[in-house]
Amino acid sequence: MDRIFERLADIVGSDYVSNAAEERFIYSRDGGVQMPHEPDYVVLPNTTEEVQKIILLANEEKIPVVPMGGGLVLSGLSIPLKGGIVLDMKRMNRIIEVNEKSHYAVVEAGTALGMLSAYLNKHHPSLKNSLPDAPPVATVAGNIMIHGSGHLSQSEGGFHSEMVTGLEVVLPTGKIVKLGSCSTVPYWFSRAPLPDLAGLFLGWNGTTGIITKVGIKLFPRPLLNDGLMFMTEDVDTVPDIMFRIVNTEMCEDLTFFITPKPAMFEGFQMTIISITANSEKEMRLKKEIIRDALRDYYESKEAGFVPVPKEMKAFLLEAPQKNLSAFADVRKGGGFEYVGAIIPVEKIPDAYRAGLDIAAKNGITYSLGGRMIGRGHSFMFYFAYPFNRADKEDMDRVRQALDDTNHAALKMGGIPWKAEVSGQQLILKQMEPSTYEFMQDIRKLLDPNGIMNPGNWEVNP
Amino acid sequence: MKKEYADIIHRCFRCGWCKLPLNFKDFNCPSYLKYRFESFSSGGRLWLIRAWMNGEIQTSERFAKIIFSCVTCKNCVQACAMPKIREYLVDMVINAREDMVEKGVIPPEVRDYFKAVSISGNAYKMPQEQRGAWANGLDVERYTAQEYLFYVGDVGSYDEEGVKMARSVAGLLKKVGISFGILASDEITDGNEVKTLGEVGLFEQIASQNIEKFKKLDVKKIITLSPHAYNSIKNEYPKLDGNFEVYHYTQVLNKVLNDIPMGELNVKVTYHDPCYLGRWNNEYWAPRSVLNSVPGLELIEMDRNMQNALCCGGGGGNFFTDILGTGPDSSARVRVNEAIDTGASVLAVACPICYRMLSDAVKAEGVEEKIQVRDIADIVSEAVNK
Repeated sequence: MDRIFERLADIVGSDYVSNAAEERFIYSRDGGVQMPHEPDYVVLPNTTEEVQKIILLANEEKIPVVPMGGGLVLSGLSIPLKGGIVLDMKRMNRIIEVNEKSHYAVVEAGTALGMLSAYLNKHHPSLKNSLPDAPPVATVAGNIMIHGSGHLSQSEGGFHSEMVTGLEVVLPTGKIVKLGSCSTVPYWFSRAPLPDLAGLFLGWNGTTGIITKVGIKLFPRPLLNDGLMFMTEDVDTVPDIMFRIVNTEMCEDLTFFITPKPAMFEGFQMTIISITANSEKEMRLKKEIIRDALRDYYESKEAGFVPVPKEMKAFLLEAPQKNLSAFADVRKGGGFEYVGAIIPVEKIPDAYRAGLDIAAKNGITYSLGGRMIGRGHSFMFYFAYPFNRADKEDMDRVRQALDDTNHAALKMGGIPWKAEVSGQQLILKQMEPSTYEFMQDIRKLLDPNGIMNPGNWEVNP
Repeated sequence: MKKEYADIIHRCFRCGWCKLPLNFKDFNCPSYLKYRFESFSSGGRLWLIRAWMNGEIQTSERFAKIIFSCVTCKNCVQACAMPKIREYLVDMVINAREDMVEKGVIPPEVRDYFKAVSISGNAYKMPQEQRGAWANGLDVERYTAQEYLFYVGDVGSYDEEGVKMARSVAGLLKKVGISFGILASDEITDGNEVKTLGEVGLFEQIASQNIEKFKKLDVKKIITLSPHAYNSIKNEYPKLDGNFEVYHYTQVLNKVLNDIPMGELNVKVTYHDPCYLGRWNNEYWAPRSVLNSVPGLELIEMDRNMQNALCCGGGGGNFFTDILGTGPDSSARVRVNEAIDTGASVLAVACPICYRMLSDAVKAEGVEEKIQVRDIADIVSEAVNK
């Protein structure tokens, strides 16, 4: 029997460690187009202490460790580029605490966002969490680690990483630390007013430590939700339209999409304005204020509100949106890949044109769109390309389109979000050298043996 | 693999919607709930089957365990985000099992089950002449020309809990005046689990034997004890020219109970939907309606009910092969705790497999003082006899 396997089995129990060909196959790849790399072991820890023991073992044996949540990023961030241990965190999915009055929940890292939402529905129906458009098995920790966003990102504070009120982390050396108010008092209400160390673990793709617990903000759940759809034909008007809607402060979520299918949508940009309210009167008022803000556009017939059939409205307002996963079947091939670039709001027209050009150049179909982050503070613009998993050439075309999109996003002043390794390299090459050096200094300090998800955030992996 | 499945299996995106019920309450795929490796989820299983077809993965004990631990509960079918492939998800797993059967690379537990069924006509290797012993003392007639054939099945004939359930149902059917008879020692297995475990040839042989027997006896209407038999006779036998009116016993009771006087039962009951009645055959209301007809009975729903119900873990042949295994994360034990959380003192079942699985789970959890597993007929009988 493999000595390391035995030691891992001693830590988590033999049922929860595998080096079998089946697990090595499944954990070597995700739903995107990144090339597979097999782990040596897949381990499913159940407690922070087990994670700590695994990290200590990995340091002793100099084995890479790659944390994994839902495994849904599509850009290979939990694919073990240099083998080693994949830590699938989903057994650690306990909801530890909900503080209603201070609007936060404390959960274990592997808690699925959908399961947190279901728990709140039942036990705290006046509160809700922000849900990404990822499937409901996406985890709280996975989503904050990649700076994910969700259906409350416009109205309630931006990226999900900005909704973090505290963290428990196992450092690459095995030390367990708490960050935020929970480090000092028994409450997880805030990262302020202490020195903010949480940023050392947010956006780092698991290269600086393993997040084991998360304090996350919760928000009021109004009784009603409804939506408006605003259609434009001139993409150059979109930033101004978004600006006006955001400034009304009347909507909860603000997204838009552009798609060549169905044909009725081709050539138009559709802005979806999600509104919540506690009464019909409030809902009517909010809609009226938003309509007023866009009055000159629709009176001049440059753009207009589109009546939305009830069924379509239901899925546009759904969180998370199931039809986004179904987009993977557009090419009857079980896959799509996307660059979600975080861009300045005024660059939406540039992103739109770049997306159309890249799709045409690579001969692939597309879906473009995005979500407002914060009250007009940035925009997550996605360039999504479906592919046929059974067609290698189709996957190659999509890989090329991703690379083209990463270049285009950086050129227009945006930054690819949760970029794959080659995208990370593009970003790092454009980054101030002193910033990159600072990142590497921090990594060396935290992870002297270089065991944490090696290959990520490195110019020369 | 059949071409129709080989052509679509790559279309699973492995997005993971299949792990949860529609209300996201908790993991609802029994094999994923138990093992927690991605490979034991519906998507992981389909990706591995494709890799096996392509030669990227070889047959192994682990691979067989992954493929045969699916309980065919259809939660994945219910929850999948891909409308054009979702209905085939379980069919693809069953088809992979068929390929493994054909290649002779199945787990020993599955092989032993097939041997028992083909040699003894039942999964318990019990003598055929004892098949009708469950009805001793009930004064139940053999089927001649009654309105219904009451088909009891393997579990109802030989399993201790199953026998209790068969007796309750038969007793109640008599009490409410349903005209029925049984096959007793002439009954053999219905074949549902043989089919889901992938032995197509054996299933066709069993089904054909049953069809021939039913036709010879001029059977027109069948009441089944088990939702599994209900499924095979209703949906699979017609493909082999066996067309009968098939009812689950709760459907028959639901038609007659309004006219039957019952005493009051002051009891809180929660009902566990069997997958082969619910998600496989879309029957959610008859059992609830029967329970609601009992005066004083308060029916409380678990968080996961109807389309979202968590399987007991006994489907897809696992009741007999036990490949899914036991432990605190086994779905039956999780389900029992979910039932207790409702505040009910009775967990009502409508399937002999669920009955046994959940009764064992109550013992394993040591919660006999908190909740009792009872079949619907037993509950109704108590009210009728009051």
